[in-house]
Amino acid sequence: MQGKERDGKVALLEIKNLGISFGGLLAVDNVSLSIEKGQLYGLIGPNGAGKTTLFNMITGVYKPTSGTFCFDGENLTGKNPIEINKKGIARTFQNIRLFKNMSIIDNVKVGLHNNHKYYMVESVFRLPRFYNEERKMEKEAIELLEVFDLDKEKDTLACNLPYGKQRKLEIARALATSPKLLLLDEPAAGMNPNETEELMETIRLIRDKFDMTILLIEHDMRLVAGICEEISVMNFGTLLASGKTSEVLNNPEVIAAYLGE
Amino acid sequence: MKKLNSKLYRNLIMVAAAIAVYAFIAYGMNTNMLPRATQTLAIKACYNVILALSLNLIVGFLGELSLGHAGFFALGAYSGCIFSINSSLPIEIRFFVAALIGGTVAAVGGFLISSSILRLQGDYLAIVTLAFGEMIRSFIKIIPYTGGTSGLNGIPSLGSKFMTFSYSYVFVIITVLVIRNIVTSRHGRAITSIRDNAIAAESVGINIKAFKIKVFTVGAFFAGIAGVILGHYINFIEPANFSYNVSIEVLVMVVLGGMGNLLGSIIAAVIITFLPEILRGFDKYRLLIYAIALILMMLAGNSPKIIELRAKAKVKIMMLRRKALARKGA
Ligand SMILES: Nc1ncnc2c1ncn2[C@@H]1O[C@H](COP(=O)(O)OP(=O)(O)OP(=O)(O)O)[C@@H](O)[C@H]1O
Ligand SMILES: [Mg+2]
Repeated sequence: MQGKERDGKVALLEIKNLGISFGGLLAVDNVSLSIEKGQLYGLIGPNGAGKTTLFNMITGVYKPTSGTFCFDGENLTGKNPIEINKKGIARTFQNIRLFKNMSIIDNVKVGLHNNHKYYMVESVFRLPRFYNEERKMEKEAIELLEVFDLDKEKDTLACNLPYGKQRKLEIARALATSPKLLLLDEPAAGMNPNETEELMETIRLIRDKFDMTILLIEHDMRLVAGICEEISVMNFGTLLASGKTSEVLNNPEVIAAYLGE
Repeated sequence: MKKLNSKLYRNLIMVAAAIAVYAFIAYGMNTNMLPRATQTLAIKACYNVILALSLNLIVGFLGELSLGHAGFFALGAYSGCIFSINSSLPIEIRFFVAALIGGTVAAVGGFLISSSILRLQGDYLAIVTLAFGEMIRSFIKIIPYTGGTSGLNGIPSLGSKFMTFSYSYVFVIITVLVIRNIVTSRHGRAITSIRDNAIAAESVGINIKAFKIKVFTVGAFFAGIAGVILGHYINFIEPANFSYNVSIEVLVMVVLGGMGNLLGSIIAAVIITFLPEILRGFDKYRLLIYAIALILMMLAGNSPKIIELRAKAKVKIMMLRRKALARKGA
């Protein structure tokens, strides 16, 4: 357990000097971050700063070209997305990626796939374990959908949901994998102020109800200032500032980066 | 509770339909009321349904365009029939063992081929599977025991057309049940999720490669069984029976019936099997009508407008039913 101790808390995610280059372009360079258990952490920065790319490295979509990251005391650098999800990191996507032609509840059940197991033979012959596990999955999926107020339309196809609900469903699906760390990539994108307000409530609720650690990318400063305790700012692939939300948001360098000198 | 009832209702209808179809054809065959050509086509429809269902698992549910189904069909046909020719078991048992052997050999083929093309997707996968299918066929031409280009003779018959149809029908039912049970399980959901969004599927821990291999293996298994049925029905097989045209024809059935729609695949397979016969009277225009019918069916199965219409009709029926229930309640 090499997690850094700070205020008596253990770092759940420890990113050290992480970097990646595509061809010659350094998309992310020398980024270090430490996120403690139970934190609601924000990651902000102008377009193209490398935020999503950082998510993609932490979730195994891209292999970092330098640096490491440890999760729960274990070095996961270079592992594939499946292994990383099994270790307890789940995510949503900036451009929503739902299973469009599947029902809402089936989207969540795919998230539950690794939590309730039976063999294919057991489903072919409809053995007892198939029914038992399916019943549990149904129950858990509905409980999750209730959190997001999606349970009443559980049998509609995901593609028929309005935008705001699609974002919620993506979060529900990620939570179904019972992660320890939840990564949200611009969860409020495309939402109106009312929906954003509601989303903030939901995110707080998730943190408390599921005892979740959350790292979120967001452009909506009201949301960031409203719910994140700490934030980091990225600009041109590097880390510009990290710390308490109010302090960082008042940092002249950060303001300059956003207004653009 | 209500939903459970409607599911049960649907299943009961399916079982009743399966029995009715069997009873109808069995009666027609035994009394010779069905024309000879129709009797023959009924058996052909059986293995076509099996082929379409198994390809639908690969193309419709997993979303991988495989054009190598004829290859698995051939592997099953040859291995099962070679066993059948050389075995002295009672013919009924021999046929079932042959089906198992044919299915297994084809499944091994599916496993090996899918393991070697895990990195390919889309058009590339289509081309390579097509090539694999043709490779299997060329391979059969040169190895011993297959009869080479002149074909494999003396495959035992199951007796009457009625017997052949009955045994084939058993395998149709088995195929329907197995594939239905797979697609309505956690594995089926995982497979469909890969089709809908592979990156998202991986992000929730779905092992894409493992599922690709599983799906190809299961799909090939049933294609192999279809091959064994073909062999025991025409009693003679040759490499020409398994050209890539067969793969395309089965793909047409899957597309017509609707991707990921099992009942659709069954209906489309039956219609396509009988279509050339139905159109025999119009000899001159047969191919033209055939093509037009295919296009119309494709539109009916896949056009968004018609799908929307169907959905609307469904809602209307539901409303009517609800109203009727309410009236009863009042
Ligand atoms: N696969 C890739 N190949 C090449 N360049 C890439 C790739 N992925 C990201 N980049 C580049 O990396 C840089 C950072 O992109 P990224 O998507 O991480 O930005 P972001 O901070 O998420 O921006 P936004 O707020 O617009 O979502 C961009 O210049 C982008 O073009
Ligand atoms: Mg981004």
